Amino acid sequence: MNEMETMDSPVITSLHQGDENEMQSENDLDSITEVEDLVTLPRIERGKERKLLDLPSEDNLNPNHLPVDIQKDDAVVFDASETVNTSEDNAHEDSGEFVVAMLARGTLEEQGVCTKRISSPLSETPLEASSHWDEDVTAESWRQHRKHVFVLSEAGKPIYSRYGSEEALSSTMGVMMALVSFIQSGDNVIRSVYSDEHTVVFMQQGPLVLVSVSSTHQSEQQLRNELLYVYNQIVSMLTQASITRIFEHKKNYDLRRLLAGSEKILDGLLNLVDFDPSFLLSAVHCLPIASSFRDSLSQILQKAITPNLVFSILIAKNQLLTIAQERMVIEDAKLDPADLHLLLNLIGASSAFQAGEIWTPICLPSFNPDCYFYAYISYLDPPECTVCLLLLSTDNEAFYAVAECKRKIEEAMQAQNALTSIAKAQSYSVSQVGVSDLRHFMYKPFDVPDNHHQLTQFTSPEMEAPYDSEEEKMRLLDLYRDVHGRIHNTARPLKLIYHVAARETLLAWVTTKFELYTCFSPLVTKSYAINAITKLLRWVKKEEDRLFIRYPPKYSTTPNASKS
Amino acid sequence: MKMSLRELKVCLLGDTGVGKSSIVCRFVEDSFDPNINPTIGASFMTKTVQYQNELHKFLIWDTAGQERFRALAPMYYRGSAAAIIVYDITKEESFLTLKNWVKELHQHGPSNIVVAIAGDKCDVSDAREVLEKDAKDYADSIHAIFVETSAKNAININEIFTEISQKIPLLERSETGVRGLKLRREQSDLTRERTCC
Repeated sequence: MNEMETMDSPVITSLHQGDENEMQSENDLDSITEVEDLVTLPRIERGKERKLLDLPSEDNLNPNHLPVDIQKDDAVVFDASETVNTSEDNAHEDSGEFVVAMLARGTLEEQGVCTKRISSPLSETPLEASSHWDEDVTAESWRQHRKHVFVLSEAGKPIYSRYGSEEALSSTMGVMMALVSFIQSGDNVIRSVYSDEHTVVFMQQGPLVLVSVSSTHQSEQQLRNELLYVYNQIVSMLTQASITRIFEHKKNYDLRRLLAGSEKILDGLLNLVDFDPSFLLSAVHCLPIASSFRDSLSQILQKAITPNLVFSILIAKNQLLTIAQERMVIEDAKLDPADLHLLLNLIGASSAFQAGEIWTPICLPSFNPDCYFYAYISYLDPPECTVCLLLLSTDNEAFYAVAECKRKIEEAMQAQNALTSIAKAQSYSVSQVGVSDLRHFMYKPFDVPDNHHQLTQFTSPEMEAPYDSEEEKMRLLDLYRDVHGRIHNTARPLKLIYHVAARETLLAWVTTKFELYTCFSPLVTKSYAINAITKLLRWVKKEEDRLFIRYPPKYSTTPNASKS
Repeated sequence: MKMSLRELKVCLLGDTGVGKSSIVCRFVEDSFDPNINPTIGASFMTKTVQYQNELHKFLIWDTAGQERFRALAPMYYRGSAAAIIVYDITKEESFLTLKNWVKELHQHGPSNIVVAIAGDKCDVSDAREVLEKDAKDYADSIHAIFVETSAKNAININEIFTEISQKIPLLERSETGVRGLKLRREQSDLTRERTCC
């Protein structure tokens, strides 16, 4: 790794210096951070890049090296495109030519890189496959999607595209793979490409390459996290071990064979990622209910156990009611919010028609990417199907035993008339906080008792007017994402942001105890906002028993709970 | 006297998207959703119907047709009294998959399992790729029940299950010693269920 870095450093240094100079001459105040975003080179921490800038390394740069490398890379890249061509029966005839054209452009790009910022042609590669998309009636609308996500194999085979059919996109994906291998052959990894309108983020996970092409102005880190969710959702269906095994066995394998019928799960995930801040905050949203009621639900779960049961999860309206966990298992590892998000998405995308009880293997990638749990999923309130019970076992034969647990839970809940109470439970209005001009907030505490043994949670009121339409909701979430991205900027993290926008004022604050994002009406003053936050924090403190799962219940099933 | 109740485990097998869940959905709930999501793993459901002087409680395992779940199938057909293998009459490939399932059942399934073959989507026979006669001949050659069905238009759905009831060995019937005595309490339910066919 060190060798690679020293080899690469001259190039990078020159890149940055070139960019920096140009940017500064444009008097762009944010130049340094932007430059870092423009060319984000792989395997090198940003901190290190910065240090490299100070090195007198220009002497090391041999300009002759670059073209030679590119020649070599050309060959490699062309191979990749050929693979695509030959392996896809219905690949477009001109895709090979297309790839070559793209490469030529890419080569120019590389050569010009020292004096010029990497600009749009490269970044728009996936969208520039116009020769094919012109044939597609939906081409224009296809291009205008906010965020594209592509998954392909190292051989350049399409695995998933958020929009459009993978077959039609095989050459586009071939180009993506070409870019990846082009940079790879220089012992480097492509991470992202920026243009005025789009951010292209590449992520390689084992034999899979994931690409996000986004016009949302999200931070690279956020897009990367989203790609990781996509990868993990695939792992949740197949396990990492089997993906690796498959591609070791056959590099050219068409993974869509195994994912056939699961596209909806990935589509659903990407929609959730766009609309549900849980993903941004990596935290779980609980349905607010009286703590005594939550405790009684927890006790019901705690009592209905069977050997090898490890998690019992009760969900209503896509929010968590309570979760009981096997004691031994938590000592091993905890259930990551990301895993729960994947589970919730899976439930949403599966056709649980009313009376059905689902039994399916599922892998929790953050927990253990290589093994399966067996999930029992059943709705407790057919035909509405809003209250869902999820029981995870390590035993694939345990269906009937686990189904028996469900019946116990159902009976106990009936005895307490719990379903009626759950139906009444709902998210709260921001007006309950009693702070005028506060329109919305997201609060994620780090000081919940027993925190590292349980899920990270956050609380947030309903999005009400003016954020009640789909567009406005998205606009607020985009603002949150923007502020979140700046707070968590790895190069220049911030603790507090006060952001006055045209139609609202945002205040975000991160401390060791919590992370808070607030949205006020546009005319509040800074001191008012700070004051309001104090009030808000006091309110949350007062309500926390209702808003959060404070002490997650545990149970012991068997000491021999074996992970299959 | 109580009518005897028999539990019959039935599993549905076949390619993804051929209509297994739709068949079950039509049978159990008498409903049809054209945009039904693919099943994950397997879905378990029950429905009790009257057959002659018995109540047959079908324990239905609706398995996912996707290849990644294929290895799980033995879990569901093991101990099954019957298997309904479904293919899509508009997809030749799904009929080939069906033959593989038949092979697998003969090799690894219960020896006395009743096999039923359902050619679903017979409402779109314009796009037919599998001839009814070919499928029927094949079904006869393996002594399987054969029907073409349409979950969408509720054609032959209840009939498959009735035929399964008929073909199930009469093992326990003599033991119960029940003849023609029906349980009044469930009569209304049962007639309603039967009229929907």
